[in-house]
Amino acid sequence: MEILETVFVRNSLVVAFAVIGITIWLSYFLADRLTNGRIHGSAIAIALGLIAAYFGGRATGGSTGVADITLLGGIGLMGGGMMRDFAIVATAFGVKLSELKKAGLAGVVSIFAGVVVSFIVGAVVAVLYGYTDPVTVTTIGAGAVTYIVGPVTGSALGAESDIIALSVAAGLIKSILVMIGTPLVAKSIGLDNPQSAMVFGGLMGTTSGVAAGLAATDPKLVPYGAMTATFYTGVGCLLGPSILFFIVNAVL
Amino acid sequence: MIVYGVALLSACLILGMLLGEALGVALNVEANVGGVGIAMLFLVLASNSDKFKSLVDGASGAGIQFWSAMYIPIVVAMAARQNVVAAFEGGMLAVVAGVAAVIVSFALVPVISKIGGSKVSIEEKQ
Repeated sequence: MEILETVFVRNSLVVAFAVIGITIWLSYFLADRLTNGRIHGSAIAIALGLIAAYFGGRATGGSTGVADITLLGGIGLMGGGMMRDFAIVATAFGVKLSELKKAGLAGVVSIFAGVVVSFIVGAVVAVLYGYTDPVTVTTIGAGAVTYIVGPVTGSALGAESDIIALSVAAGLIKSILVMIGTPLVAKSIGLDNPQSAMVFGGLMGTTSGVAAGLAATDPKLVPYGAMTATFYTGVGCLLGPSILFFIVNAVL
Repeated sequence: MIVYGVALLSACLILGMLLGEALGVALNVEANVGGVGIAMLFLVLASNSDKFKSLVDGASGAGIQFWSAMYIPIVVAMAARQNVVAAFEGGMLAVVAGVAAVIVSFALVPVISKIGGSKVSIEEKQ
């Protein structure tokens, strides 16, 4: 036991890579077997992460979820702000500006409208639940944008970890609902051509949700939705901890 | 060289963060104002520019792609290290915010599709 602890603690980040890798393998397996691929493996993996953080926090009484368990301390480093921002910025690689032209005016409008509308909805819900602190309201609003814009905004503004956890959960609910709900509402919202698929991708923005939802509706629409959804997180990270925060700050 | 791409990615992030921090000071808020977003913008510009071709093509690009592919695993780790116990009582808030955001966004799809559609056809007529 002592040997195990010594090795695990000394190689904490490497242990985190292995543990997260196994979690993701399990998640994709579950996504495939239990939901027939309808819910994307990544969403299940993030949900498992939140559940693990709950039990980690319960077991240790600490405030950093699983990372408070001695053997899993490396998850704190792997999931910390520095690595997170590094990986998110990397996702902007390969984005072609020419794609944005192809998306056209409606595509660009949908990206900004999608970020702002989801943000407002999330922020209003936060206020209705009694939150009045601008940083908290902005973080939860940003979480309704996506589960990544929430934490990025939250840490830029210095929000508490429990608020960031809420913002991740809100974004996760959104992503899963888009995956499941898209094929059900596709007909009534006219989601049957490339143009509306691009608008859809820009409005929803959660890349995994859009890809899985469109795949279940009509696989031919996936690249169109993905094209605009790619820009969404970037726009969210740009607007969240800046203009949107200033607006909330001025209103509250 | 893989490390060239990684270095470019790092430079974009640090530049973006510096600008975000400076914006925070300039606007008198205790926050990093849009740093990650600005960094993403830099990387998009760099990967679309001919000047940076040697830093984004081939093996160098693979160095950036690796970190891009690590995004979901890192997000999973991030979720696993949050203070979920403290967030638990607010759980319903997360559900309501997520569901409401989706319903409103779904409803906007036909509206914005229409706006865009009519504008495109107007431009075509001109």
